[in-house]
Amino acid sequence: MNANAPSSRSPVWAFLQHFFSAWTWRMAWRDSRSSRRHLLLFSTSIMLGIGALVAVSSLGRNLQQHIDDQARSLVGADLVVNSRRPFTPEMNDFFKSFGGEQSFVVNFSSMLGFENGQARLVQVRAIEGGFPFYGQLETEPASAAQSFRTGGGALVEDSLLAQYNVQVGDTVRIGGLTTRVAGRLLAVPGETVAFATFAPRVYIPLDDLRRSNLIQPGSLVRFRMYFRFGPEVNVKELVEQVGPQLEADRLSYDTVEERQKDLGRAMSNLYQYLSLTGFVALLLGGVGVASAINVHIREKLNTVAVLRCLGCNVQQSFAIYLAQGLALGAIGTVAGALLGLGIQAVLPRVVADFVPFEVQFAVSWPDVFKAMGIGFTICLLFALLPLLPVRRVSPLAAIRASFDLAEAPRRDYAVWLVYVLLGAGIVAFSISQARRWEFGLSFAGALAAVFALLALCARVLMWLVRRYLPSTLPYVWRQGLSNLYRPNNRTVLMLVSLGLGTFLILTLYLSQQLLLAQLVQSEKENQANAILFDIQIDQKKPVVELLDSLKLPVLREAPVVSMRLASVKGRSVESILNDERRTMPGWVLRREYRSTYRDHLSSTEERITGDWPPKAETKKDVVPISVEEGIARDLGLRLGDELVFDVQGVPMTAMVASVRKVDWRRLEPNFFIVFPTKALEGAPAFYIMSTRVASSEESARMQRELLRKFPNVSTVDLTLILNTLNQILDKAAFVIRFMALFSVGTGLLVLIGTVLTSRFQRVRESILLRTLGATEAQVQRILFIEYLSLGVLAGLVGALLAVLANWGLAKFVFQVPYVLLGTPVLVALGAVGALTVVIGLMANRGVCRHPPLEILRAEV
Amino acid sequence: MKGAVESTAILEVQALTKSYGNGVGSLTVLQDINFSLAPGATCAIVGPSGSGKTTLLGLCAGLDNPTSGYVRLGGRQLDRLSEDERARLRNECVGFVFQNFQLIPTLTAVENVMVPLELRGGGHARDYAVELLARVGLGDRLHHYPAQLSGGEQQRVALARAFINRPKILFADEPNGNLDAHTSEKVIDILFELNANSQTALVLVTHDAQLAQRAQRIIQLRGGRMVNEVPMTA
Repeated sequence: MNANAPSSRSPVWAFLQHFFSAWTWRMAWRDSRSSRRHLLLFSTSIMLGIGALVAVSSLGRNLQQHIDDQARSLVGADLVVNSRRPFTPEMNDFFKSFGGEQSFVVNFSSMLGFENGQARLVQVRAIEGGFPFYGQLETEPASAAQSFRTGGGALVEDSLLAQYNVQVGDTVRIGGLTTRVAGRLLAVPGETVAFATFAPRVYIPLDDLRRSNLIQPGSLVRFRMYFRFGPEVNVKELVEQVGPQLEADRLSYDTVEERQKDLGRAMSNLYQYLSLTGFVALLLGGVGVASAINVHIREKLNTVAVLRCLGCNVQQSFAIYLAQGLALGAIGTVAGALLGLGIQAVLPRVVADFVPFEVQFAVSWPDVFKAMGIGFTICLLFALLPLLPVRRVSPLAAIRASFDLAEAPRRDYAVWLVYVLLGAGIVAFSISQARRWEFGLSFAGALAAVFALLALCARVLMWLVRRYLPSTLPYVWRQGLSNLYRPNNRTVLMLVSLGLGTFLILTLYLSQQLLLAQLVQSEKENQANAILFDIQIDQKKPVVELLDSLKLPVLREAPVVSMRLASVKGRSVESILNDERRTMPGWVLRREYRSTYRDHLSSTEERITGDWPPKAETKKDVVPISVEEGIARDLGLRLGDELVFDVQGVPMTAMVASVRKVDWRRLEPNFFIVFPTKALEGAPAFYIMSTRVASSEESARMQRELLRKFPNVSTVDLTLILNTLNQILDKAAFVIRFMALFSVGTGLLVLIGTVLTSRFQRVRESILLRTLGATEAQVQRILFIEYLSLGVLAGLVGALLAVLANWGLAKFVFQVPYVLLGTPVLVALGAVGALTVVIGLMANRGVCRHPPLEILRAEV
Repeated sequence: MKGAVESTAILEVQALTKSYGNGVGSLTVLQDINFSLAPGATCAIVGPSGSGKTTLLGLCAGLDNPTSGYVRLGGRQLDRLSEDERARLRNECVGFVFQNFQLIPTLTAVENVMVPLELRGGGHARDYAVELLARVGLGDRLHHYPAQLSGGEQQRVALARAFINRPKILFADEPNGNLDAHTSEKVIDILFELNANSQTALVLVTHDAQLAQRAQRIIQLRGGRMVNEVPMTA
């Protein structure tokens, strides 16, 4: 067939004919000779993004598969019923009517004391029966998971034993109960390591709990009844049957199916986060590819013009370079997929702390190919942007030197079509990942805004340098800075890729620091840093005396009475909960309120409306109360509205007399509802006290003494919270940083690629400068200034955006006062600047070793 | 066929004018040019820098569109053809030789020569390219890249490339402009020899009076107008 044969068919058909002709591909191959290495290097810029997507895609499938396969072991039972109050004999009879096997578990917080006198707040689970029915408690020795139930002893969280250097067989104290460590607890089905960090777990047999005097009236306890049914029982039907009665008794329940759904949601959140981060890296790589092809095409303009003179038509010449672009994308995609398959083996370990089961890893090929398809398409769209102008190259350029590729680009509808497709692709991907279109749109929007802002900064910078570069600056400075705007500069690309990387990492770091800073703040301000709770009424005086003897101040003390809502503004909670049109969140209605009574506002509280102590008279038998503003908003309460509380069986009518704002960030006894004095004095209560310990030694001494004299009293100290929070954030930060690495890695690859593609131009410029008398040191300094200014500016813009984002997060998401952390910002600036200079100078090393003649004689 | 008329001339230029708008006003670089060229004839376009020589060459070869007037090449009026049809016409009827050789730097000598025939999809492109390179004295430099060849050698490769599609007309833009006198003479000899052997019409743009003298006609341009047409032979 004539490669240039006339075609009476459509232009698309004609193009396809050219595209698939052997000559096109042969020419594409020959034409790439001088630039293959650079093009290959650039194809690696999409590699990391595609690698991340490929790795994450299989992980997502694996997680879902595991949830589906192992759902029952995640709950450990077919059905679980939860309560904050002990099950009554009537309830137990009702449970027996369900049939099947039952296991009763009591959960509560208590101090765990070790032989060396140290103590730590833990989550105790007292078990009776065979829970977990599905899956196993993993212990060391393995037999301990069963033997402790009959032989006694405690299974203690492995990390605690390691931390406090305690061995199996050693004695521990749980409140007033002295027992021995029967085994190390390694894993509990359905619970994550992150969760265990937050609340270390200790399992004991229920009989031991009954023998001790650990649980006092008012203690924070959860009671759970687990059920295993035979295959003949349809759990869904059973739940439909017994559900209304359970709800009437204020008992919540969980089935395998619901747990599966909840966990599926949580896991897909994790998966979405991972894949969206991977996608950012891919987009960054796309920008790199577009830039590489742009440079490549600019070098090829003359070749295109000559080909056109020799009779090559528009479609043929476009097909040659499209073929190169596609090959570049295909190589990057395949390399990315291979890398992704490698990362897949690591990824389950990265997310292990946030997944409540061991991820069985298997490659899901359909998902791998889907991810490759997405990656390749995005790469192709980015590549088309610089490729399409090839169509506009005139053969005149072969005889006229001054030919501008950029002529009339605004009228090229194909370029606009690519932009639209690219935008639509990004939005579609974001929505498909986030499943909610608002989120998808805002993610795509935020991304576009950051890209646009970075690109805009680059343009403004170039304009400023061009316009205001002082002519009094030394030559090397002027030369280095002018390179920022001269033809073939990489200012926009570098600022976008480096800036985005800086922005992502710094935002994550600053957010973590912001949260921690809130806690550290109260540590500094001489505020309470330890809280004692579960102090029984008769223990109040001796506990105060104990603190006095230890020279510790009682900063605040408050009685706590547990209660539930019975009705709101005349409507019973049940009827509100059953109302499908209700806007009140269910938890506000169902929760147990731990309220206090006093006649003043505390230092963490601020009046919004009404008065406290109340001034207005209320009706007889109606108690005025003060409500926290968030709860008032959720319940739709205004001054004068009436509520009925069920105070451990006794109904109590209350009227909103005050709405308060509470500063929850302070480690103080804070409450949603405050009653006046003399209203709740008769109700079962416990006390909570706050104090300040000067050191961890002092804290340890206090906890030791408390555990010895008042085993039921638990202590939380700020150091513990800080440590725990830090550990959890560290775990989260590890996952986040791991994924951010893909963006940073891509940014670095783009940077190296960018520097290398501009190397030839640099070599030629340097040679000319040297021919004209510049020393090697001057040439090096020019390069140094150029890369330093690029790096520092990219870092600066990225850091500014991160500070802005951090401020937004502080104000709107975490709702904490914003603190500007200068050090990390400066470190980021320095690091990005230094990295850019090092890579820039390394990639350009040897520039001065070329003999001038080599360049002056040869054009290639 | 679109644009075809009865004509014996290979190139016919009628009332050709080219202006460029520059935002302030328009600049006329060629005005009312008329001439024609018979198959196998040779013609030199001469004139000072900026007189419109290269513009005229570009218009004659269909690389650009005139503001008014027309060019007929091989009997087809160029402004009535689409860009792709003009490309095809160039591939079938036209050869080019440029002042700065314009070889594709990533292609070897033989690959550069093959391109026009490959574009046409003709077989034996390599054999014929090798033969042509041997004829211009480069039989031993087939696999060298342009950067590995001297200026004279590059221009000889360009000549081989210009003749490989057996063009009816060859446009040469200052073919010896970048060559020293000795090399220039050799290259121009080859050019005229190939021209004579293949009956290809030749349009030369040149500053070199001696070279112009070898053409059958000389068209002299000044300020975009034809000031003189000198037939050198009958």
